[in-house]
Amino acid sequence: MEEETHTDAKIRAENGTGSSPRGPGCSLRHFACEQNLLSRPDGSASFLQGDTSVLAGVYGPAEVKVSKEIFNKATLEVILRPKIGLPGVAEKSRERLIRNTCEAVVLGTLHPRTSITVVLQVVSDAGSLLACCLNAACMALVDAGVPMRALFCGVACALDSDGTLVLDPTSKQEKLQQCLAAAQAASQHVFRFYRESLQRRYSKS
Amino acid sequence: MKETPLSNCERRFLLRAIEEKKRLDGRQTYDYRNIRISFGTDYGCCIVELGKTRVLGQVSCELVSPKLNRATEGILFFNLELSQMAAPAFEPGRQSDLLVKLNRLMERCLRNSKCIDTESLCVVAGEKVWQIRVDLHLLNHDGNIIDAASIAAIVALCHFRRPDVSVQGDEVTLYTPEERDPVPLSIHHMPICVSFAFFQQGTYLLVDPNEREERVMDGLLVIAMNKHREICTIQSSGGIMLLKDQVLRCSKIAGVKVAEITELILKALENDQKVRKEGGKFGFAESIANQRITAFKMEKAPIDTSDVEEKAEEIIAEAEPPSEVVSTPVLWTPGTAQIGEGVENSWGDLEDSEKEDDEGGGDQAIILDGIKMDTGVEVSDIGSQELGFHHVGQTGLEFLTSDSEEEEMIILEPDKNPKKIRTQTTSAKQEKAPSKKPVKRRKKKRAAN
Repeated sequence: MEEETHTDAKIRAENGTGSSPRGPGCSLRHFACEQNLLSRPDGSASFLQGDTSVLAGVYGPAEVKVSKEIFNKATLEVILRPKIGLPGVAEKSRERLIRNTCEAVVLGTLHPRTSITVVLQVVSDAGSLLACCLNAACMALVDAGVPMRALFCGVACALDSDGTLVLDPTSKQEKLQQCLAAAQAASQHVFRFYRESLQRRYSKS
Repeated sequence: MKETPLSNCERRFLLRAIEEKKRLDGRQTYDYRNIRISFGTDYGCCIVELGKTRVLGQVSCELVSPKLNRATEGILFFNLELSQMAAPAFEPGRQSDLLVKLNRLMERCLRNSKCIDTESLCVVAGEKVWQIRVDLHLLNHDGNIIDAASIAAIVALCHFRRPDVSVQGDEVTLYTPEERDPVPLSIHHMPICVSFAFFQQGTYLLVDPNEREERVMDGLLVIAMNKHREICTIQSSGGIMLLKDQVLRCSKIAGVKVAEITELILKALENDQKVRKEGGKFGFAESIANQRITAFKMEKAPIDTSDVEEKAEEIIAEAEPPSEVVSTPVLWTPGTAQIGEGVENSWGDLEDSEKEDDEGGGDQAIILDGIKMDTGVEVSDIGSQELGFHHVGQTGLEFLTSDSEEEEMIILEPDKNPKKIRTQTTSAKQEKAPSKKPVKRRKKKRAAN
C-alpha cells in the first residue's frame, strides 16, 4: 500500500506539473475502516485513507451540563486533537465545520437535553485530513447508534495550476499545488493594500 | 460528564474475588494483559495496547536554542494527554489531579533516569540543540495508564529518527530525509513502569490492575525499572503502609516483568525495521485485522471525473441565488444605531452573577473606607448619604456589575439628566451635588484610591 501510494503520487505529481491533464483518471487512495475498537466510548471508528488515519470516539446521548443544554434537541460537541502540540485555531475551524455537518444530519430532536460528543484524534496526517475526519466521525456515529437522517462523507479535492483536478490529494500534492503559491502572491497584494491605506491615514500630509 | 459511581455490590464482589485469588478476566495475580505494539508510517509514531487500554505516542524534534544553564544539552519535553474519548469523565477542567500525577511520573521515569543521551542532541554549543518532544495521547482507559504510557513513550523514542546534521567549522548543514537517512536517538536503557495495586490494607496485591480493580484498590505502587534491574523511579500512592519485604518482593516481580516486556519491544522494533528495509507494507493500515467483521478495507478506487464540468454547470443553474442579507440600520437616538440582530449572549449566567455580587461589594467597601479615612467628621453626613445611596443603588436597581465600567447603558441627551446612575462613580457625583469644598477632598480621595 505504501509503495502504491508513492508511485501514484509520483505519477500524479508529474501530471500535475507537466503535460497531460488527468481528467478521467482520478482515483481515491486505499480505504480502511475499523469500528468498535475502543471499549469506553459508545461508538468508535478508525478511518484510514492511504496513510492518513483518524480515530473517532462518540459518547451519546449522555448527560449535559445545565449551561449547555438545549431544551428541544441534543447538544452536539466536536473535539479535534492534533497529534503534536496543543490544539490551535485550525483545529477550531475544522471542529466547527464538522459540527455543522453533523448537526445537519443527526436527529437531535429525538434526544432533547442530552449531549452527543464526538472526539477525533489525528493518528497520522498525509493529506486530506479534514475529509478523513468527516468520514471517521460518520462511521463512529453509526457505530454508536445515534439516529441520523442521512450519512455524510468528505472528499478532498485540489486544483492544479493547469486546472486539473486531483481527488484525495496526498500531503505532497497539497503542497505542490500552486494554489499555495498563488495564494501567497495574492496575500502580498492584500498586505500592500493594508500598508497603503494605513499610510494614507496616518501620514501627516 | 460525571463518572458513574461504582455500586456497593460490585465493589464487594471484586474484593471477595480478590481475596479468593480470582480476577474478573481470569488472569493470575502476577499476569500482565496482552501487549500489542503497532507502528505508523512516519518514524516515531506508535500505538500500544495493554489489554483494552490504548495509548498513541508520537515523537517530534525541532532545533531550538538551549537552556542557559545547560548550553550543551538537548531538551526533552513530555506531554501526556488524557483524551476525552478515553473515558467520559475526562473533561478539560476535571482531570487535573490524575493528569499532573501521571505527567510527573512520566518525567521522573524518562528524564531523571537519563535514558536518552542529551549531550548527543547538541548541534552548536550554546546556540542550537535538538528539542525532542514526546506526545502521548490516551485513547481508551481500561486501567493502568502509566504502564501503557511508559511503554508507548520508550517505543516511540526507540523508533524515532531525527534528521542528520553535519557541522564543519562554522557551517551547519541540516539534511532532509531524502538527502541522508535520518539518524536514531542514542538511548542508553529502556525504563518501563510496572504497577502494583494493593487491597485490604496491603494484604493482597495485583499486577497490572484494570479499570474496575483500580477503583476498589487501596493504594498503588509504581516501580520503573530497566532490564539491567536498575530501579529508575519508585512511587507509592494512596497512603497505604507497605512493609520492607513487600516492596522488595514487588521489585523482584517488576524485574521479571520488565525483562519480558523489553524483549517484546525489541522484537516489535526489529520486525518493523525489517519490513521497512524489505520495502514491504507497513503502517497502521496493516495492523487492522482482515478477518474481523468490524473492519473493512477497500482498494484504490478510480473515479471518473470526465463529466464534472457539465454537472457543475447544472448545479449552478439549478441553485437559487443566496438570499440578500442587507438589513437597514435602525436609529435609536442620535449617536446610537443598530444594524441587524445580535445573537443571544451565550456566556453562562450562573457563574457571572455570583462573581458580580462579590466584586460589587468589594468596590463599595474600598470607596467607603477611602472617604472615611481622609475626611473625618465633615463628611460623615455626606458619607451616610452616600451609604444610603449605595444601598438604594443595590436594592433599587437590578444591575449586573462586572469588571467593566459600563454595566448600564446611559443614553445621554444634552438637555436631560442621566436617567440611571453608575455605582462606581456614584460617590463622585454625590460629592459634586451637596458642597463645593470638593477639590481637596476629591484629590485626596483619588490619592487614596
